[in-house]
Amino acid sequence: MFDQKTIQMLLEGIGDTLYMTLISTAVAYVLGLPAGILLSVSGKEGLHPNRIIHGSLGFLCNIIRSVPFLILLILLIPFTRALVGKSYGSTATIVPLVICAAPYVARVVEAALNEVDPGVIEAAKAMGADNLQIVTKVMLVEARTALLSGATITTGILLGYSAMSGTVGGGGLGDIAVRYGYYRWETGIMVVTVLLLILIFQLIQNLGMMIVRKLDHRKRQG
Amino acid sequence: MSAIEIRHLTKRFEAEEHTLTALDDVNLSIASGTVYGIIGMSGAGKSTLVRSINFLEKPSEGQVLIDGVDLSSLTAKQLRKERSRIGMIFQGFNLLEQKNVIDNVCFPMRLAGIKKKEAYAKARELLKTVALEEKEKEYPSRLSGGQKQRVAIARALATDPKILLCDEATSALDPQTAGSILRLLKEINEKLKLTIVIITHQMNVVTEICERVAIVENGKLVEEGPVECIFEAPQTDAARELISGTKEAYMPLEKAENGTPVRIVFRENSSFEPLIANTILKFGTPINILKADTRNVNGKAKGEMILGLPGDKEKREAIIRYFRERGLTVTEVRDYV
Repeated sequence: MFDQKTIQMLLEGIGDTLYMTLISTAVAYVLGLPAGILLSVSGKEGLHPNRIIHGSLGFLCNIIRSVPFLILLILLIPFTRALVGKSYGSTATIVPLVICAAPYVARVVEAALNEVDPGVIEAAKAMGADNLQIVTKVMLVEARTALLSGATITTGILLGYSAMSGTVGGGGLGDIAVRYGYYRWETGIMVVTVLLLILIFQLIQNLGMMIVRKLDHRKRQG
Repeated sequence: MSAIEIRHLTKRFEAEEHTLTALDDVNLSIASGTVYGIIGMSGAGKSTLVRSINFLEKPSEGQVLIDGVDLSSLTAKQLRKERSRIGMIFQGFNLLEQKNVIDNVCFPMRLAGIKKKEAYAKARELLKTVALEEKEKEYPSRLSGGQKQRVAIARALATDPKILLCDEATSALDPQTAGSILRLLKEINEKLKLTIVIITHQMNVVTEICERVAIVENGKLVEEGPVECIFEAPQTDAARELISGTKEAYMPLEKAENGTPVRIVFRENSSFEPLIANTILKFGTPINILKADTRNVNGKAKGEMILGLPGDKEKREAIIRYFRERGLTVTEVRDYV
C-alpha cells in the first residue's frame, strides 16, 4: 500500500511521538511531583499548612492550566527558541508539553496524596516520624497506585498534545497527519497515523493499568 | 513516680466564631505498669485526652509529664524521640495498606534508623508474641480486623515503648475478637511491665482488664478510682450510665422514695450464699428480680442485680440492712424501666 519511504517516515513518526511523549512526561514529573507534594503538604489539612505557599503555587498552576495548549505552544515560541535553539521539531515541542503538563501533574499528585488515610499519617506521627519521613515513607508509598494511574493518564494526554503540536511543525505522527492528511489530502496516511496513535494510546493505558494492578495491595486478590 | 502525669490540662479548638473546649482542667496520674482506663461517651473528649499524652494534640493550657519530663519543654526532635517510646494503637488499625505484615511491624524501627536485618529479626519475634508469625508476608487487606489489630500491637511494641496508648482499639471488633485482643494486652502488660492506657466507651473493656479508671464527661474528669470501687458504687450519673449502658440513674438510698428499685453488687464471696432465696424466706415477702448480670471486673467475678422491693418502708429498710450486713453494695435506682 505504501512505499518504502512512507513506511520509513511513519516509523520515524512513531519514534518521535514516543520520544516527545515519554520525555515530556518524565520532565513534567520532575517539576510536577515536588510541586504536588508541596501543594498537598502546605494545604489546609496538610502536614504543614501554609496559606501563602499553597495559594501562590495553586494560582500559578491554575493560570498555566487555563491557557489552551495550542496558544501556550505559540506563546512559548521565544522561550523554546532560547532554550533549545529552535522552535520546531520534536525536541522543541517537549518544552511547551512540559510547561503544559507540569501544573497538571502537580494537581494530580496533590489529589493522590490528599487521599492518603489521615489515620495512617497520624500513626506515623505517633511513632515519631518527621514530616520528610511521612512524605517519603508514608504518603508516597501509600498513594503509589493513585500516582501511577495519574501518570498513565498524564502520558495519554501528552500523547494527544504531542500530536496537536504537529500543526506548528512539532514532529511525530501528528506532524505527518497534518502535512499529508490536511495539506495534501492523502487520506490513507492520515488514517494510518490516527490508527497508530490509537494503538500507542491503548498500549500506554493498558501497560499503566497493569502495573497499577500489580502494585496495589489494598484489594483482596484471588 | 507516675508514668504519666497530667496537670490542669485544657484543650480548646478554635472554630470559626466560637471556641470548643474539648478538655477542661483535667488532672490525672497514671502509675507505672498499670492498665488504666479512660472511659466516656463519644464526644466526651477522651480521644483528645489520649492524643495529648503523646502531644499529637498540643494542650492549650496545662502540662503532660512522661516519667517526670514535661513534654512542652522538649524540642521538636526530642518530642519525636519521646513519641517513639510511646506506642499507640487505633480503632481503625491504621496499618500501611501497601506494605505487608512484617514491613508494617518493621516500619517504626526503620524510621528510627535500625538496620533492616535487625528490624526483621525483632519483627519476627513480635509477630510470635501476637501469634501471627504465619502471616508475615500477607498484606493487611487479607487480614481480619482482629489480626490487623494484632499487627498494629506488634508494630506499636517494635520500638520498646514504656507506654502503650489504645484509642478505642477494640471498638471495631466483634466481642470475641475484642476479648482476645484485651487478653493479649493484659499479657503484654504483665510480661513487659508496660503502662497501658485504654480509651473506650465500653464499660466491659474497663472491667475486663483495667485496674483504675477515669470517667470523662463533657471534657471534664468527673470520677476516678479503682475499677472495683467505681463498679460497686458509682458516684456520678456519667459513671452509672456507663455501667448500666442505659439512661437509668442510680441515686443514694437516703434520697430515694419508697418503691424504687435497688441495685445490689455481689462480691466474690457473697455469691456462695443463696441470698435472694434467704431474704424471701426470712422476710416472707416477694422480691422481683428486674435484672441480673455477672461481670468479670479486673479478674474478679461480680454479680449485679436490680431488685424491686416491697413498698412497706420498715420491711424495705430491714432488707437493705440485711443486704449490707452481707457485704453487698446497695444503691437505689431511679427511673428504671
